[in-house]
Amino acid sequence: MNGTNEKWDALPAPWREETSVQIEAGETLLAWFDPDLDDRLHYSRGLVLLTGRRLMERREDERGAGHWHSWPLTEGTVLRTVEHGSAAALELVNASGRLACWRFTAAKATAAQRLVQKLASWRRSRQGDSEQPELAVCPSCGAAINADDGCCEACAAGPAKPSLSALLRLASFSRSRGRLIVLGFVLTLAATAAGLVPPYLTIPIVDDVIKPWVTDKIDNSSLAVWYLAGLAAAAILAWALDWAKLYVLAWVSERISADLRAKTYAHLQRLSLEFFGGKRTGDLISRISNDTERLCNFLSINLIDFASDILMIVLTSVVLFSIDPLLALTALCPFPLIVWMVARVRGRLLRGYRQAGAAWGSMTSVLADTIPGIRVVKAFAQESREIERFNASNERVFHSANRLNKVWSRFGPTVTLLTTYGSLVVWTFGIWQIFRGRITLGVLTAFVAYISRFYTRIESMIRMASAVQRASASAQRIFEILDKKSNVPEPVRPIHPGRLQGRIELRGVRFKYGAREVLHGLDLIVEPGEMIGLVGPSGAGKSTLINLICRFYDVSSGAILVDGTDVRSFPVEEYRRNIGIVLQEPFLFYGTIAENIAYGRPNAGRPEIVAAARAARAHEFILRLPCGYDSLVGERGQTLSGGERQRISIARALLIDPRILILDEATSSVDTETEREIQAALENLVRGRTTIAIAHRLSTLRRADRLVVVENGRIAEIGRHDELLGAHGSYARLHQAQMELVHGRRGDGK
Amino acid sequence: MENNGAANHKPGVPATGPHSFGLRHDAWGRLVLIDADGRQYIGVEVVRAFPLSDPRHGIAICDSQGKEIMWLPDLDALPPPLAQQIEEELAKREFVPIVRRIVKVSSPVEPSEWEVETDRGRVSFLLNSEDDVHELDQNRALITDAHGIRYLISDIEQLDANSRRLLERYL
Repeated sequence: MNGTNEKWDALPAPWREETSVQIEAGETLLAWFDPDLDDRLHYSRGLVLLTGRRLMERREDERGAGHWHSWPLTEGTVLRTVEHGSAAALELVNASGRLACWRFTAAKATAAQRLVQKLASWRRSRQGDSEQPELAVCPSCGAAINADDGCCEACAAGPAKPSLSALLRLASFSRSRGRLIVLGFVLTLAATAAGLVPPYLTIPIVDDVIKPWVTDKIDNSSLAVWYLAGLAAAAILAWALDWAKLYVLAWVSERISADLRAKTYAHLQRLSLEFFGGKRTGDLISRISNDTERLCNFLSINLIDFASDILMIVLTSVVLFSIDPLLALTALCPFPLIVWMVARVRGRLLRGYRQAGAAWGSMTSVLADTIPGIRVVKAFAQESREIERFNASNERVFHSANRLNKVWSRFGPTVTLLTTYGSLVVWTFGIWQIFRGRITLGVLTAFVAYISRFYTRIESMIRMASAVQRASASAQRIFEILDKKSNVPEPVRPIHPGRLQGRIELRGVRFKYGAREVLHGLDLIVEPGEMIGLVGPSGAGKSTLINLICRFYDVSSGAILVDGTDVRSFPVEEYRRNIGIVLQEPFLFYGTIAENIAYGRPNAGRPEIVAAARAARAHEFILRLPCGYDSLVGERGQTLSGGERQRISIARALLIDPRILILDEATSSVDTETEREIQAALENLVRGRTTIAIAHRLSTLRRADRLVVVENGRIAEIGRHDELLGAHGSYARLHQAQMELVHGRRGDGK
Repeated sequence: MENNGAANHKPGVPATGPHSFGLRHDAWGRLVLIDADGRQYIGVEVVRAFPLSDPRHGIAICDSQGKEIMWLPDLDALPPPLAQQIEEELAKREFVPIVRRIVKVSSPVEPSEWEVETDRGRVSFLLNSEDDVHELDQNRALITDAHGIRYLISDIEQLDANSRRLLERYL
């Protein structure tokens, strides 16, 4: 082991030993990387080490033995990554050709990238470039980190796996309602006890009133009146207690499920865009509405029943044993059998309900998909296909429900059969005991009354098995959302941005969607108040860059600094309050125009709203609407044209008076006349703010201080319009192409 | 920017001078605005910016093209005769019957025929969908019928029990 550099300890244990033999004294480890594929793209474990002297590799053969090679880091030897879909390769090349190649999956892409960067920075520092140690603190918590890491390991750690069963975790939601739950439980206990009184009274009625009359003609009717009054009173008491119990517990369970819904929705709102990109809307809606509703039903109806069933069963058995232990034992003999059956069927029910929940979610997804997209469906005359698609998922719902029914229909009647046999056993044994004179007729009557209650309760408790599984499947689906952590995490030790100046700095920004790297190290500084136009072909990474600046996503490596602070150090909401954004497709929420304009600042006064609308050139068309600023827009509301919607969204951005303004193709979906109006509106908006605008129509960016041409995830050119035209580069080509489009291709060029 | 005839004030920022204008009707019954400098605008219209949420603030006077000529932030800040004149104009322009009583709703599913008593008399209209009944703030509700005519309920609590029962399911 090389004592001079502790970094060697970072290597995984099995390799540490072997490596220590290979390295020379004083050799330091700069970076390491473990490719996980071999040349045939089969999984294997390799190791590539970059030391201060050379590049080393350990290649494993079929027998698991390691073979070491190394290459000196001579001038002109470089590492580069080549991507092919989800598998990629790291190549070591020099002027004469490829020296080595390691293949890896997307999981290892960051490590590979780091190796490449490390070699480059090592080389720069060798050449005497004053390589300052890059910012080496975790942007989230401020801990010291490796310069190339995004953030420290603690902050990058994934979500902890929940260990408790989903239903038990519901308990944490009920803690705040503890007192009412205890009250409900006490009421349940009392109501159950009150329900047990009437059968007990049947013993003296039979033995002291009916039997003396039947056998000896003794009139005990005065006694009978008392017993009957007792029965009536017990019934009233049971009714009152039941009423109170149901009300209290139903209230509590509604409350708990409302809390759960609120918490799930709030959590959902805080998740990053990446989460929503991968989830279907309908499924999320179904989880929040359907599954919480099911849980509420479970808590309010089933759980109460369950508690009172268990109480009833326990109390009944106590009473039974106190009257006659032997008879009680016989009566309870089918009970273990039933418990065993429940245990067997449980797993199947849970799986079934989970599947049913998923089927329901996918059916909702079809709806959530096609209803907003109905214009496309109709335009392509695909109604019948959509109907089929819905039918297919509807059938899935049916089949998953049917599978459950199959299990249940076999199980339910079996339980009924067993309980009937239970009371048969009591009758048989009881008659025999009476013949032998061991018990009275009254005791047998009471027993039969108790046992029928007992088994009714057992039956209803069995039915619970299904409800429990259904609820626990729902709880799992909800906790799946609640356990999700945002990919845009809140910093542990936040720096509060307050009102920013708006100086944006990109430092070696890289970003990957899955395995595909779309931004390959961008460096750019935007001064406060400057307007930057981003141009370039579709898919070049312009929108991605904007998403990173807005912190909808976080960089894969590198950093984005605003006013000199890493954006990951700001609390997300406080940071975004400094950003105004106008998108290509303005989204208006259901509500009045005034509410939509004031979306980012709900407490804005009406004069401010009007002023923003004026500046956005929306005021006059709003006045023309029948309800003015009170007109309803958004889904189900007034229909507005694209340009009108866009101007409302500009007013919305204006009202929050942002320091940083993002315009993502803000004018590309409207005609030129409207664009002129919007341009005028934008001029008011852009003034004095750091602006980053994407536009395909280059004419839109006339006012930009600098144009940044992005191509294939790299910055190709930066400069003013005429400078770039003079440079005859990518921008000049783009400009030329648009000019030809605008003027038609008359007379071949100019 | 468009230059609009007599209007040579700075576009986008209309005059807000509180007393420096007058309104009259010309021989054809058109409304004429005379501004502080004596310029006349013929055929203007008076509109409220917030007819429902704040009817007495934010009144615009627009020309026949819908171009804003004058902005009056507060109706109550005007001299009473002028304010009254503007209110009369607004009353002429705005047709929003106030519902006093809901007599009958023909069916529980839409489209349904509603029979209501309003401040302008008894009327029946067709409601296309339940989404056309909107609950506003301060216990108010707005109903839009199949023709786009709006009916206002100024206080749900003030309706009689039967009307409230009929309305309940839409809110």
